[in-house]
Amino acid sequence: MTEQKMTIAKALTAGMRAAMEADPKVLLMGEDVGKLGGVFRITEGLQKDFGEDRVVDTPLAEAGILGTAVGLALRGYRPVVEIQFDGFVYPAFDQIVSQVAKMHNRSLGKLRVPLVIRIPYGGGIGAVEHHSESNEAYFAHTAGLRVVTCSTPEDAYWMMQQAIASDDPVIFYEPKRRYHERGFIEMAEEAPYDLHEAVVRAPGHDVTVLTYGPMTKVALAAAQASAQDGGPSMEVVDLRSLSPLDVDTIVASVNKTGRCMVANEAQTFVGMSAELAALVQQECFYNLEAPVLRIGGYNIPYPPSRHEEQFLPDLDRILHGVDTLMAH
Amino acid sequence: MSDNDVAAHEPPVRDVTDGGPDMVQFLDAEGNRVPITDTNRVYAEYADALTDDELRGLLRDLILVRRVDSEGFALQRQGELGLWPSLLGQEAAQVGAGRAMRTQDYAFPGYREHGVAWCKGVDPINLLGMYRGVNHGGWDSNENNFHLYTIVIGNQMLHATGYAMGIQRDGDVGTGNPDRDTAAMAFTGDGGTAQGDYNEALVFAAVTQAPVVFYVQNNHWAISEPNDRQFTIPPYRRADGFGLPGVRVDGNDVIACLAVSKAALDRARGGDGPTLIEAFTYRMGAHTSSDDPTKYRINEEVDLWRAKDPIDRMRKHLLERGVIDDEWIAGIDAEASDLAAKLRRSCQQMPNPPHAEMFAHAYAEPHPLIEREAAEFAAYQAGFDDD
Repeated sequence: MTEQKMTIAKALTAGMRAAMEADPKVLLMGEDVGKLGGVFRITEGLQKDFGEDRVVDTPLAEAGILGTAVGLALRGYRPVVEIQFDGFVYPAFDQIVSQVAKMHNRSLGKLRVPLVIRIPYGGGIGAVEHHSESNEAYFAHTAGLRVVTCSTPEDAYWMMQQAIASDDPVIFYEPKRRYHERGFIEMAEEAPYDLHEAVVRAPGHDVTVLTYGPMTKVALAAAQASAQDGGPSMEVVDLRSLSPLDVDTIVASVNKTGRCMVANEAQTFVGMSAELAALVQQECFYNLEAPVLRIGGYNIPYPPSRHEEQFLPDLDRILHGVDTLMAH
Repeated sequence: MSDNDVAAHEPPVRDVTDGGPDMVQFLDAEGNRVPITDTNRVYAEYADALTDDELRGLLRDLILVRRVDSEGFALQRQGELGLWPSLLGQEAAQVGAGRAMRTQDYAFPGYREHGVAWCKGVDPINLLGMYRGVNHGGWDSNENNFHLYTIVIGNQMLHATGYAMGIQRDGDVGTGNPDRDTAAMAFTGDGGTAQGDYNEALVFAAVTQAPVVFYVQNNHWAISEPNDRQFTIPPYRRADGFGLPGVRVDGNDVIACLAVSKAALDRARGGDGPTLIEAFTYRMGAHTSSDDPTKYRINEEVDLWRAKDPIDRMRKHLLERGVIDDEWIAGIDAEASDLAAKLRRSCQQMPNPPHAEMFAHAYAEPHPLIEREAAEFAAYQAGFDDD
């Protein structure tokens, strides 16, 4: 078993490459995914190696990309679709919600649409409008879709292959501000975790922090800072899968700590954090020492980038939240 | 910009019955064979190749499809169906296209394509389930290469295009093997041409040269909106702007619809790319059984089109050619009655699905939330059984 150090970006590329080598029906589609390798270079080199029929530069039309991907899936292909930025998925929303999510159900299980829809998401890169959104709640709310996100190179590599192998459509959220974070990947025979398994990244006993994607690093830094300062012991749970949720891991952690914070970039109102707060209240009520606290984006449109350091939850806001929870 | 340019871009006057000089036709409204013209010449070989058996088959299809449709409407009125979208008036447009398709060709319908379904061999009872509320479609699309009805207008145009891109990748195009070369055919109406998905499908098809035929049944009405709310330049002419050939065909002339569709499908299967066909026809009935067209259209318009009925003209034509006689017609009418009776019986006997089925197919692979809800639902229901 060898270990390789690479970035999340390169791990995603490696994951797709492995899936394409394993299954000739896997193909990539999107805007600029060919020669350019995508605006984030996640498909870099793949068109050269797999050809234009398997790494398809599409017209600039997101509904068209998703709609034709559905047709390709009906013909037996496994398209992996790149949406260039989070805020550009909305033209494809109808195809995703009305067709991708419902085809298996509508056909009483006779038709499968094993798509992976890759969406670079979240803020923190100083971008213009529509380039920094965390819109995962729309898709987690939609029955028929699976929604996952990665926070490490190892997850990027394995979860991409698992998502492509899934017979259900998977929305794969990529934490774009973490693309260049490096880490080690065990090049093992099998993935270390199930696609829909949550992972405790840092054990603790006072406060559970439920987080995912780009916020995982912030939560881990907060946990470390708190430990160094002799503060409360934080357990950081990286959810990885937003639909379905790994209820057992979440509940076990909160029952142990008795305090729960949900930390993510998305707006809190009717978001993933609302669902998680409801779940924890329902399953852990008698073990809770404090109300579930949500630390997220404010409920405004994503602000101009000069504001984003204040908009996005950071280490201080998480530690402040921990203090609030501990005060109960 | 000259005055001429301005004039060229004025919206054309709406004439609901005149398909204009570009419209391909082989049978006029009276059932007479139209002479060869520059417009229909290239399709004449397909029309002339039809045997008497095939001609009789087309008329039989038209009559049976109309009977299935009227039975669907009656079943709705009797409360057996929640809704029925009638194809009345569009039988020739659909049978012509449906009979042009080969077994391996894949149809992507809207929700009114009962005639295409018939030609692809789909049992009409399958079409009733979704309108009865027992499923959302549910038939096996791959059995007859007839995709599920698509209700969101225009979505299916992209599915057909993507499917055709898959055909290309499978190498099932341009081999010269008539049993292998395959095309997709996508169906929508004049309302569908305004949708983004329709326009994106034309873009994707043109740039990929995918083996797909777009078949627009311009039936002149999208619920209450006349087609001048959908376009100022008719669909067959708009095709040129996308870079694919467009052809308008008399949608009430089954021979012309068949010929034009066969030519387009041959072109697609041969690897020469997509085609857009506009079948110029008319929705004689309401949009669906829930609609009331007396609120928005005048009877005189409907009367003008009744005189262009697709079945009357084909029957008259074949009678005059001596291909059929009254006895043959009586036989088909009896067959239609039997078909309708069987459909009615099957509909009335269609069982309600077990309620647990609503959880069964949300996902292909196990999903803990759905499994938990299904178990809770079963336990809750079982509580009533105990009483």
